[in-house]
Amino acid sequence: KMTDGLFLKCCRHVAEQNKDIKFKEMYLDTVCLNMVQDPTQFDVLVMPNLYGDILSDLCAGLIGGLGVTPSGNIGQDGAIFESVHGTAPDIAGEDKANPTALLLSAVMMLRYMGLSPYAQRIEMACFDVIREGRVLTGDLGGSSKCSEFTEEICRKVRESE
Amino acid sequence: MLTGMVENCVFIFVQTVDVSSQADQFLNQWNQSCNKTSRVAASSSIIQHKKYSTEPHFSKYGGRTTVTALSGDGVGPELLSYVQEIFRYAGVPVDFEELEINGSTTDEETLRSALLSVQRNGIALKGNIESKFDEPGFKSMNVELRTQLELFASIVWCKSIPGVYTRHQGLDIILIRENTEGEYSNLEYQIVPGCIENLKIITEAKSTKIAKYAFEFAKTHGRKKVTAIHKANIMKLGDGLFLESCRKVASQYPDIEFNDMIVDNASMQMVSKPQQFDVLVMPNLYGNILSNITAGLVGGYGVVSGMNIGDDYAVFEMGTRSSGRSLKGKNIANPTGMLLASCDMLDYIGCNKHAELIRDSVMKVMSVDKVQTPDLGGQATTLEVIQAIIEDIKPKTTSWSTTAAQNVYSLR
Repeated sequence: KMTDGLFLKCCRHVAEQNKDIKFKEMYLDTVCLNMVQDPTQFDVLVMPNLYGDILSDLCAGLIGGLGVTPSGNIGQDGAIFESVHGTAPDIAGEDKANPTALLLSAVMMLRYMGLSPYAQRIEMACFDVIREGRVLTGDLGGSSKCSEFTEEICRKVRESE
Repeated sequence: MLTGMVENCVFIFVQTVDVSSQADQFLNQWNQSCNKTSRVAASSSIIQHKKYSTEPHFSKYGGRTTVTALSGDGVGPELLSYVQEIFRYAGVPVDFEELEINGSTTDEETLRSALLSVQRNGIALKGNIESKFDEPGFKSMNVELRTQLELFASIVWCKSIPGVYTRHQGLDIILIRENTEGEYSNLEYQIVPGCIENLKIITEAKSTKIAKYAFEFAKTHGRKKVTAIHKANIMKLGDGLFLESCRKVASQYPDIEFNDMIVDNASMQMVSKPQQFDVLVMPNLYGNILSNITAGLVGGYGVVSGMNIGDDYAVFEMGTRSSGRSLKGKNIANPTGMLLASCDMLDYIGCNKHAELIRDSVMKVMSVDKVQTPDLGGQATTLEVIQAIIEDIKPKTTSWSTTAAQNVYSLR
């Protein structure tokens, strides 16, 4: 009651100051239940550390796994953007890895730095390549190499100029 | 969170039901496993060293058992009334001792009456009681009931139901959750204004108890794998103790495969490849999260029942423990979860035939006749579902005696 209660009180306080954004409170278990049934009802979720750990992995599972999920750690003095998948030592150095997670994390970094137009172009190119499905790495069901996938994205970025 | 060491074990078991012509198979399996489950529940006393009694007791008089009905908030009261109606049509030899307990009856007296009633009767059917999280001094009634009655195991059995469309099919996962310690120990204090410390308690005794229950449950139901869920990479001492206790118990069951998984990975695996899971054993909070995720995967709050089992008492409720505040009075709540919980209760007290009868009708109406409430994508109201179930039950009970005092029942 006191720990999560304090968190909730702080959230409410900030919500009061930002009345143009809709604020809703939900229990963690209700969110989990609804997330697997209809995740489209959620927009931005703010939560304490442990719940965030669990829910972010849950949502990553819903969109395709950690191989395509970007993340960023923001502080007052700096920020680190990283992919949250493992180090995959078994495929290291073999040009097999899927660079999407790290690439999208870099896109987040560009947005953080205020370079949104660049971020937008790269993100669109990446999504287009995945949507077309011609050139995909093994984890997404394709048979292309990491370098081929990257080259395809670069081509799309060049074309979009 | 600080973690300490204490001794406790908890077991939880859950049952699920299947419907349709595969449903017939599903139902047969389910009914058989419910029989087994009631045996595991009753024998939990054998697993634990009990202080006074040796077996769970029921208050049975004149062939009729008395069960406490705790109303709860939201849709709890209306769903419980539907259960009583269906019991009447099915001729179930159960009387309900109704107790109104909800988020607005927060005094000690109400809680004490509720506890005494459950202790007297041994069994309860319960709606969820809302906890006001704005008042720090306010204790959660649900948690108080579970801890005071030492209902150490919470079991939610999530099984895919034919006729209920979900993304993943063919699921059959049992989630066994420690019910009385962990993050729900209710020990918080303010160190300085704006900084609060919360104590998460993990004890060897309770961890071992729940692990043992999980393995016994798996063994009784012929399950092949038990997975322990934890976050021992971060909470090295607390969850580490839980994991270690599970491993020690696992070594006594060489026929059952044991593995462990970190809770965030488990959440992700549950939404992408849930078929890999068989029986899960978890501490309190992770159990809450994963039970809700898995319940969502098989159809949501409406189709999953849950049970809280202790050495002496058992309390049955909806698997997701939702009060359904937004659905109250709208006649759209799904009564299936509560009805299945009441069938689990009937199995627990030995009324297996009645349980089978009601469960068959509930499943037939939901899966075969497809009379479904909006949460399952249907258009029916709660009342329509209940009436359909009653219509299905009626022909099955025509051979029963119609005298006023019906203490003797015969089933076709």
